[in-house]
Amino acid sequence: MSDLVAAGLDMTFPMPDGDSVHALKDVSFTLKQGELLSVLGPSGCGKTTLLNLIAGFLLPTGGSLSLGGEEINGPGVNRGMVFQQGALFEWLTVAENVDFGLRMKGMKKRQTRGKVEEWLEIVGLQGFGDTPTYQLSGGMQQRVALARCLINDPDLILMDEPLGALDALTREKMQSLVLKIWKETGKTIMIITHSVEEALLLGERLFVMAPRPGRLHKEYHLPFAEWGLQKDLRDVKAEPEFSANRDEILSMIWNMEEEIMGGNA
Amino acid sequence: MSPETVRLIVGVLFVLLVLSFVGSIVYGRKVVRTEVTDAVFGNPVRALGGWYWVITGVCSILLLWFYFSWDAARAYFPNSANEMCQVARVDSELNALRSSFPMQSRLLRSTSFLDREGTQIENARRQISKSDIDPALRDQYLAAADTVQAMLLTRASAESLSAENKTAIDELARKIDEATARLADPAFPGPATEAEIKAAAEQPAWGEGVKKEIPDIPNTDRGRKFLKISEEMSAITADFTKIRNLDDDFIAEVKSLSDELKGLQTSGDDAEETKTLTKSLDKILKRIDDGNIFPPAALDPIENAMKRFNAEQSEQKGSLKILDALAFPGGEIRAGSTACTEQGSGRWLPKPSDTLTSLIEISDPTVGFKTVPLLWYEWKPASEMLAFFIPDWVADLVPGEYPRHTASGVIDANLKTKVLNFATGNYPSFSIPVPAGHLWDSIMRVLAGLFLGIVLGVPLGLFMGLSRFAKGFFDPLIELYRPVPPLAWAPLILTIFGINDDGKIFLLFMVAFAIMVISARTGATGTQLSKIHAAHSLGASNRQIIRKVILPNSLPEILTGIRIAIGVCWGTLVAAEMLAGTTGIGFIENVARKQSNYEIIWVTIILLGLLGLLFDLIMRWIINRTIPWRGKG
Repeated sequence: MSDLVAAGLDMTFPMPDGDSVHALKDVSFTLKQGELLSVLGPSGCGKTTLLNLIAGFLLPTGGSLSLGGEEINGPGVNRGMVFQQGALFEWLTVAENVDFGLRMKGMKKRQTRGKVEEWLEIVGLQGFGDTPTYQLSGGMQQRVALARCLINDPDLILMDEPLGALDALTREKMQSLVLKIWKETGKTIMIITHSVEEALLLGERLFVMAPRPGRLHKEYHLPFAEWGLQKDLRDVKAEPEFSANRDEILSMIWNMEEEIMGGNA
Repeated sequence: MSPETVRLIVGVLFVLLVLSFVGSIVYGRKVVRTEVTDAVFGNPVRALGGWYWVITGVCSILLLWFYFSWDAARAYFPNSANEMCQVARVDSELNALRSSFPMQSRLLRSTSFLDREGTQIENARRQISKSDIDPALRDQYLAAADTVQAMLLTRASAESLSAENKTAIDELARKIDEATARLADPAFPGPATEAEIKAAAEQPAWGEGVKKEIPDIPNTDRGRKFLKISEEMSAITADFTKIRNLDDDFIAEVKSLSDELKGLQTSGDDAEETKTLTKSLDKILKRIDDGNIFPPAALDPIENAMKRFNAEQSEQKGSLKILDALAFPGGEIRAGSTACTEQGSGRWLPKPSDTLTSLIEISDPTVGFKTVPLLWYEWKPASEMLAFFIPDWVADLVPGEYPRHTASGVIDANLKTKVLNFATGNYPSFSIPVPAGHLWDSIMRVLAGLFLGIVLGVPLGLFMGLSRFAKGFFDPLIELYRPVPPLAWAPLILTIFGINDDGKIFLLFMVAFAIMVISARTGATGTQLSKIHAAHSLGASNRQIIRKVILPNSLPEILTGIRIAIGVCWGTLVAAEMLAGTTGIGFIENVARKQSNYEIIWVTIILLGLLGLLFDLIMRWIINRTIPWRGKG
């Protein structure tokens, strides 16, 4: 079983003026295989730092992180990333972006063609293989990023505000797509988001983080992701339980922001 | 092509240019009035299109060139230029006479002399008073100065003019009046003689021959009239310069005063000072002795005669006056002792037709420039071409020794010799045509320097963008040599590497290298971190990240760098070729400069401009092809 285990994670960044910023303090959790986790919190609470640690772009100053029993000490193909702006390679076509990981392993284009087409169909981009990525809309670019990440068959998919730059309608469609992929592939997915609604919809589990120092504040276990697989996302949002949770978390984050502002003043 | 054909073509072309200039303006105005457009002022859409204004612009440049280079004038008024040359002769002969009167100068010559010498005497007086010589001697000097002034003033009195001079002046005035009468006479100088007609017909036309000057033998009656008058005026001017307001008494007086001044010089303490004082007074005396100062009205007869002559000359010039002002702008035609020359823009701005003819001339591979063709091909053995890529020391690596000659003087080739022959291209092979010539040499030098700069500069730039060590280590080196203007390096580099291609290519390499390093570095540092992160989590190795992510991501900066480098290299190359070398477009321009060959200078300028434009267009095309995502990512 490839579970993600974080034990007593600590992260301090040195500042140029000699001070240091305590970005994460004593973060511990276990994410079981196949779980869908969303992480929410006010800005500066260390969400992205946590993600970068799991991805291996940063090494923690304390504590340990392991995936499937293996210590994480650098980036690896078992953890796929999806970024806010897609981070596509704009000099490549859609298909070349999608099979980038496979080609890095030494596979030839003709060997990857079948798989690329398969994944393009899953993300709803069939026929776009030869299109240059800079001609795609924001939503389509995120679909390409998803396919590029999934084709590598990672154990864990990390998403850093993947839908933040999309318009409301596209966003809703993409949320359904993420749920569909989660269901069909059974991958472990961790999504960082700013939006409370999105966190509720795309989180079997939901972490609310608090700032200064960044830490886990509260954890929720939610049914909405399962519901979202069965019915329309708009109907899920209309449920009274959904609104109750949303209001609770919103006021929680509101209070945290207030505290930060008060502390500054 | 004969000069007549060239003139005809230029004439027709000029009319066509004027017509398309006017036509495109009219069309443009019409479009502005009729085209319905919702673009408000400030909307960049308003600047789109407008090919007719391009035509207007091109036409106006060409028209200005045809006009100010006098190419249009040569096409339409070659005979007028020949006539203006004869008028210029008259003016040139009368130069000395006219500048004695308020015609070509502000003051009457006598007036300005009197004024100047008066000031000089005043200065001498001040010098005497300030000197610390014996007071008695000083008084003597002051008295001498007074005498000099008195002598100067006598020249202005009416009595000073001798009777002979009076007669000479009247005689000269009469001669001028006679010349004026001849100038006004429509029958003068009568029909041209056979010899005159023959000489005029045989001389090279304007634009013909090596010098391409205006023919100086008159072709027309008016021209012959002015030529005859100019000969007459030559004699009159000579007579005029002989008239001097002097008589024997005055000369004797000057002589005795000069001796007296020399007598005032002492030896001893004041020796130096008295010498200076004597000299300054004596100088004034010498100038008075020239007899250039006349009583105020003494020369009036000549002046009045000259006024009548000038009026008549202006009358006789007639249409030439208008042509001179309109068709021959920015300069004048001047008559020298041997030829009539164009001065001003007609000289330094070569005529478009001459420039084109020069270009066609040196484009002919059998002519070329300094025996090297402009751009042609030559047959070279393929073995030599291949040997260029194989270093000679390959042969040294082959085991064994090179053969020695035997007692009978025979050298037996062994394997080592054969490899050496192969590496140096020393074996029979078929020949292939390769491009050659000045243009080709220049272009190849730029491309070679640029190629080296890219191949070495881009990897180093990327490295510097990714490594603290590389940035710190190489930055001072590059930043120290880069700000030095390339041409400041040229003398040193050319001395070290020689005046052949090596030195120039190295110089261009230095230029291109710094630009490529900086642009590749900017590209590498500008890579979005999320792309690097994405590549890492997709399993790319460090080397793959450089090749597949950082390099393509830096391509816009690198290509822009190449575009800049080509421009700078092009400029540096031409200057380097001017400094040293035997081929290349800069070499041509430098030789043409030494020969004052304005046509060739302009040919090189135009070629340089066109080639620079061509390079830039190619780079723009490559940029559009290879990085279409630029600005859209």
